[in-house]
Order: sequence, then C-alpha cells, then structure tokens
Amino acid sequence: MKHIRQLEDQSIYILREAYKNFDNLGMLWSMGKDSTVLLWLARKAFFGHVPFPLLHVDTSYKIPEMIEYRDRLAREWRLNLVVGQNKKALAEGMNHEKGRIACCTALKTEGLKLLLEEKGYTGIILGVRSDEDATRAKERYFSPRDKNNDWDFRDQPPELWDQYKISFPPGTHIRIHPLLDWTEINIWEYIKLENIPFLDHLYLDQGTGQRYRSLGCAPCTSPIKSTSKNVDEVIIELRNSKVAERAGRAQDEGRGMEQLRKDGYM
Amino acid sequence: MAIDTAIQERMNIVIVGHVDHGKSTLLGRLYADTGTLPEGKIEKIQAICRQQGKEFEYAFLFDAFLEEQQQGITIDTARTFFTWGDRQYIIIDAPGHKEFLKNMVSGAARAEAALLIIDALEGVRDQSKRHGLLLSMLGVKQVTVVVNKMDLVNYREDTFQAIEKEYREFLTQLNVVPQYIIPASAKQGINITQVSPETPWYTGPSVLDSLAHFHLETAESEQALRFPLQDVYKFDARRILVGRLTAGKLKIGDRLVFSPTNKSASVQSIEAFNVDPPPTQAMAGQSVGITLDEQIFVERGHIATHEETRPLVSTQIRANLFWLGNQPLEIGRTYTLRLATREAPCEIAAIHRIVDANNLDDRHTQSMVQRNEVADITLRTKSPLAFDLYANFETTGRFVLVDNYDVAGGGIITELVADEQEDFRTEARERDSAWVKGDVGAEDRSLHYGHRAAVVLLTGPDITAKSFLARKLETVLVAEGRHAYLLAAENLHRGLDADLHDLKPEEMVRRFGEVVRLLTDTGSLVITTTNAFPQATKGIVKTVQTLANPIPVITVHMAKNQDGPQPDRDLIFAGPEDFEVCTHQILETLKKKGILAEPQGSQAAVQFSI
Repeated sequence: MKHIRQLEDQSIYILREAYKNFDNLGMLWSMGKDSTVLLWLARKAFFGHVPFPLLHVDTSYKIPEMIEYRDRLAREWRLNLVVGQNKKALAEGMNHEKGRIACCTALKTEGLKLLLEEKGYTGIILGVRSDEDATRAKERYFSPRDKNNDWDFRDQPPELWDQYKISFPPGTHIRIHPLLDWTEINIWEYIKLENIPFLDHLYLDQGTGQRYRSLGCAPCTSPIKSTSKNVDEVIIELRNSKVAERAGRAQDEGRGMEQLRKDGYM
Repeated sequence: MAIDTAIQERMNIVIVGHVDHGKSTLLGRLYADTGTLPEGKIEKIQAICRQQGKEFEYAFLFDAFLEEQQQGITIDTARTFFTWGDRQYIIIDAPGHKEFLKNMVSGAARAEAALLIIDALEGVRDQSKRHGLLLSMLGVKQVTVVVNKMDLVNYREDTFQAIEKEYREFLTQLNVVPQYIIPASAKQGINITQVSPETPWYTGPSVLDSLAHFHLETAESEQALRFPLQDVYKFDARRILVGRLTAGKLKIGDRLVFSPTNKSASVQSIEAFNVDPPPTQAMAGQSVGITLDEQIFVERGHIATHEETRPLVSTQIRANLFWLGNQPLEIGRTYTLRLATREAPCEIAAIHRIVDANNLDDRHTQSMVQRNEVADITLRTKSPLAFDLYANFETTGRFVLVDNYDVAGGGIITELVADEQEDFRTEARERDSAWVKGDVGAEDRSLHYGHRAAVVLLTGPDITAKSFLARKLETVLVAEGRHAYLLAAENLHRGLDADLHDLKPEEMVRRFGEVVRLLTDTGSLVITTTNAFPQATKGIVKTVQTLANPIPVITVHMAKNQDGPQPDRDLIFAGPEDFEVCTHQILETLKKKGILAEPQGSQAAVQFSI
C-alpha cells in the first residue's frame, strides 16, 4: 500500500498549500466516493478539522440517500456545509429533458458560478481525477479560471515540482485538484485502508446484481451490472474491467465534456 | 495480461522529443498493444475520424482537445495510467512543439524517468537536444532513448548507429547515461511490446520491457534531514508544525535547528489523524505534523535539519536557470523566488552565459534571457536564504522564479556566492549554537513584557534628528510599560571599544552588533541609530540584521527631503516631520509585525508571534 501512502502525502501537501495561500477557500463535495476521499484527506491534513466550507451544488435531482448521507456526516464531522442552487433555472423548469448539456450547464456549471459569485471564493478544491476523462488528464494541480469561469487550456501556466500557482489577478479564481494522480482503483484502495464511510447502498450490489460506479443526478446516472458486495470485490472487478468509469454518465457522450469543462464545469 | 495483480508501486514516466517524432503515437501503441485501453476507446476515436474524414492515428487516443486532433499536435501534457506487472505507471505525454515548452517542462518536472523519442529519418533535432538538457536540469536522471520511425529507413542498422552515437555523445556532456537506446516503429508496432524480427541486429529489450528497468528513487531518506516548514497550525491548543520531509528522517526527541534563523528545539511528538498508535518517526516524502518541546518562533519557509548537517545560507547564489516567461528575464529586475516553501524577493545580479543546447561549450553572454532559453546566472535575495547545492539535495537545491502571477522559470543551484556578511553569519551561527540559556525563555519574557524583543534602527544623513526621534520613541514605549532601551553607540567608544582607538571601524560595527544582540536576549526593544558610524551606514544595517538574526530589525530612514532615491527601509520619513506622527507610525509598524501586543490585550493577544 506504499503507493497509496505516496498519493496521500502528495494530496495532503496540496491541501495545505491551498489552505496557506488562499484566504477564501471552499471544497466541493458531491458525496460521491472521490470528493468524500478528498474530505477525508482534509481531515488528515488538518488533524480532524476541516478549516474551510464544503460546497454542494444541489441540482435537486440527486439520489435521496445522498442528501441524507451529506447531512449526517456534516453533523458528525462538524462540517461547515454550504449548499448552492440555481433556483432561477429550476423555477423555469430546467431538467435533463431540455438537453443534457443544457441541464448540466444550468444546474451545475451555472449553479457553481452563482455560488462563487455570492461567496467570493478565490480557491475551490475539487476531487477530479486524470483518469476520468481525457480533458481532466490535461489539468494542472492548481488551475486558473478567468472572470467567466472559463478554462484556457491552450495557455496553462507552468507547474514545476511542488511549486504551484498561488497568485492570481483580482476577479479570477484557482481550481485546486489534489486527486489528479489518483485512479478509480486507488480511491477504493484508500477507502478500504482508512475505513472511510461511503454510500455503500449505492456503490455496492445489494442483491440486485447491479451497483453505481459513479454517482450523479438520478435521471442521468445509471447503475452498472455488478455483483461486488464489498470494497475488495469492487477493486477486483475494476482491475479486470475495461469499461470506462463514467460510461453511466450521459453528459460525457461525444465532445460534451470538453465543452462543459472549458466553460467551467467541474 | 497482468492486470489482476495488486499494484505494489507507482512511477511517473514522461515521453519527450522533437515535434512530430511520434511521442503520442508511441503512447497510443503501447496502450493498444498491451490491451490496456478502455473498451470502445479505439472505436470512439475511429468514429470521430470517419466523421471528420481523416485517417485514424494512435496519437488521437490521448490528444484530447478538438484543436489538438485537428492540428495533429499535442498542446498540453496528458497524464495517462498504465499498469504493467506490479507497477502502476503514470505516463506523461509532453508536447514537442517549441511553443509548448512550458507544458513539456510541467510534465517532465513530475517524472522519475523519461522516454526520449528521436525520428530515425529526421535524426537529432533542436528539441531533441533541448529536451535532453531540460531533463537533466529537472532532475530526471533515468532516460531511455527510442529511435522511432525505423520503418522509414528500412530498419537500417547504420542509420540507427549514427543517431545513437551522436545522441550518446550529447548526453555524456550532461552527465546522463541512457539506460537503453531502442530502434522502433510505433506506427508499425515494431519493438514496442516485444522485440521484432525487423531488427535482427538489435539485442536489447522492447520499449515495454525497458520500463521495468527504471528504478524507483528512494535514496532521499538515506540523506541528511531536510524538513521545510509549510505552515504552523494551532488546532486544539496544540501548536503543530507541518510540512513534507524532502530528505532524511526525523524521530521524537531529535534536536532540530531551523535555518536561516538558527533557532533550535526538540521534537516532542509526531501528530497524525486516524493513526493508532501515533507515529514516532517520519521519512522523506511524508507530509507530517510535529510539536516541539519549546515554543520558539518559526514560520513557513524555515528549513529544519539536524544540528551538524545544516543547509547553506547566503544572499547570493549561482544557478542554471530555464526561462519560460512571456517577458525576458532581465538584470536588475525584481522577481519572487520560491525555494521549497520559502518565498523571497530577489534580483538578477549577473547573467554569465546563455546555454545553447546545440553547442554546450558556447560561452556567449547577453543582458537578458529570452523565453525558452537556459542561462547560467547569479541571483541576489534581499534577506538570507537557506538552500543546498542541487548536486547534494534535489528539492532544497532548486527554485522557481515567479513573474507577474505565474511561475516563469526554474533553476538548480550550482554554487554559494559568498556575500560580505558571510563571516558575521558564521560568527552568529557558532555563537548561537553554543549559547548558554537560563530557565527563562524568550516566550516567558514576551508574555510578561507584552512584546517580543526587536531592534528599531534609525538611519539617515546628519541633522535629521534621528537621536531626537529615538529618545522620543524610548520615552513613549517605557511610558506604555514596555521594556525599551536607547542604545547610543557613542557609549561604546570609551569603554568596550577603548582598545580600538577608532582605527578599526569594521570591528566597531561588529561589537555594536553583538551588544544589540545581547540586549535583545533580555527581551528588550532596542532603539538605536547609525549616528556613531557616519561612514558605514549601508554595511551597518546588514551587519546588525545578521548578528541579531532572527530578532526583527525595524529600519527607519530619515531623509533630508523627498527627492532622489531612498534606501530600502521599513519606514521612510522625509524633510521636516511631525515627530508625534513619526512615533505613532513606528508603534503601528511594531504592532503590524506582531512585535507589540495590544496594551489591553488578553492572553490570546499576547501569543502574537508564536
């Protein structure tokens, strides 16, 4: 498990750099396995504390168990939970039937943008990983976003050794990605190693022969066929799988992700 | 297929080389031929190619951006994961186009080993050499060279040998010995996953097999300790010093010295969350938190080591630097230097030569360093910097320069350049490490007095009322109940300096500095002026700073008028001033720097510094 500890040390270093250098910092938490590992790493980095707010951009279409789990951990771990929502778009009836990219853009990208504007965060910590999709493979650990939240992937700043981008012009913000080098398997290995509480009812087979591999909004996320009933079985399943992790996520089809991410999607 | 084994270790490998020599193709081929691509990936890319009416290429598998595929080049580094045997590789595909050198450097800086690709038909090109040079500067010591597109030269041995000879000679000048030089064709899949009959004269491993020959570097923990402080936390009433060990080991009970301040204390505990039993030692690479047995003043940027193996300290270093900034690097301009967790303003003192990758012996000089150039330079920092030579310690032997919000260059330190304070610094270090302490520490004194020890040093030409202001400041501070003392250097002349007979000004400055140091050890606020040393103002500020280190020296300059250049001081007053206002401003500065606690302050307000 030495490689997992190396990843842990690197992520903790990044989290501490973020905490030191950004006055107005927040961490996105979707209650999925990745951002929950990220939350756990923050507790490790700050000795049981989480010294910044956890932000949840609520689309209102999440699976109900996720909200229950969110509120329980927030209570038990004394988290400062901030929930944002694009209420205007929801009031106008936005849902996935109006187009998946349109729905993701309105409820997630715009929802996040509204939350950032309202609270004035200058640093946002996210649990994205390189192996999720090809555009995330090109991310920096500390990645600048301009005033419109746009990602200029053509001209990313250099990132040398452990020296990250910590200064930026007013009005812009930095996206911080401590899990960039983790793979899906690494996430599960770490959950097992540290015994991190996760949404086992959704991520493990409950006897129906299926489980969720990636969690999102209920209408756009479908479970995969799987008989993995515990974390060990999930790890073995993934080692032998050649299906992409986000295969169950509808918005990734075609060039969806490049466009979404360029415009500020997580 | 070896996918159902548990991963034991991970390694970062970068693929570099001149544009269009086939880096992305090699990567795509490696994945395709080992069956490690996700299901449907090739089909998905093939469908996009058909839609756009162009031929499928393996390179498209990892050139994610629409623009990259349309132009057929890699713009930014991609990280991909690849498991083979019991090792997980993160393979970093770096762009070869000169315009994207900063992206190549960002990718290579993370790598432990490199595959350097050279086109058999085109041979060794500009970026082949530049990338080789940068790899050696970035600390990537393990390199395997792949001579690609051998199909285009009919797998001729003599063509391969000519390239091998030329490139091996080039690498020798950089002290790099390639592990293997492999003839291959990524497009045809020759010598990629297995050695193929097309090159019967080749006896080495395939590209895939060569990866297993890269070894993981774990030597850092055998070195002397280097623990650059990242931050100081005060959670749950514990004062925890956090950071990542970049070399060596530490354990509970170890005596640590912090450079460049020379403060020392012992490790009381190693803190960790969800670890039972708590750790008793830490090794290179680990992000840790420790507590100390004494509450000494330490902050981000200080480097903790064991006493006998301290880093070097100077305000001048010589370094090899590569520049990636949009604006050229210029002599005299100020940049921010970042070395481990230390951030310090610096300026370029000299550019000795520009290193030409195509001709490493070339010695031409220039007054600036352009984007993508490598240069041999001397840097000067404002305050003393703790560092190592790159040849001895990787992480504390290198730095980056920040220009206009962005990391714009990186360098490796080749030499300490002695500055004029070198002797005084040695004196202070040796004196401090042998200093005999009483039972009352600096923290006890500051809690009692409501302030930390500090020096207020007034400089400026004659007749600017320095001593008037100094006296006023002493009066106000003492009236507030502070332990302040006006040290008039004239008082040393007939006593401490009586043996010098005004003949040795340098020795007089040294003794003055040592007296200031002694008074600050009593916890006092020492107020003094340069009045007694009319000739040596510039040197005296630095000497007092060096000898009083790490006690803060607040410098206040009194100029005759506002014209002309003013020296670099904490406060500058010019012309006739309202001395009430001046005194108030000095007090505010002392508060802002955490030296004075607010008078009505509670216990918490007095924990200003520690």
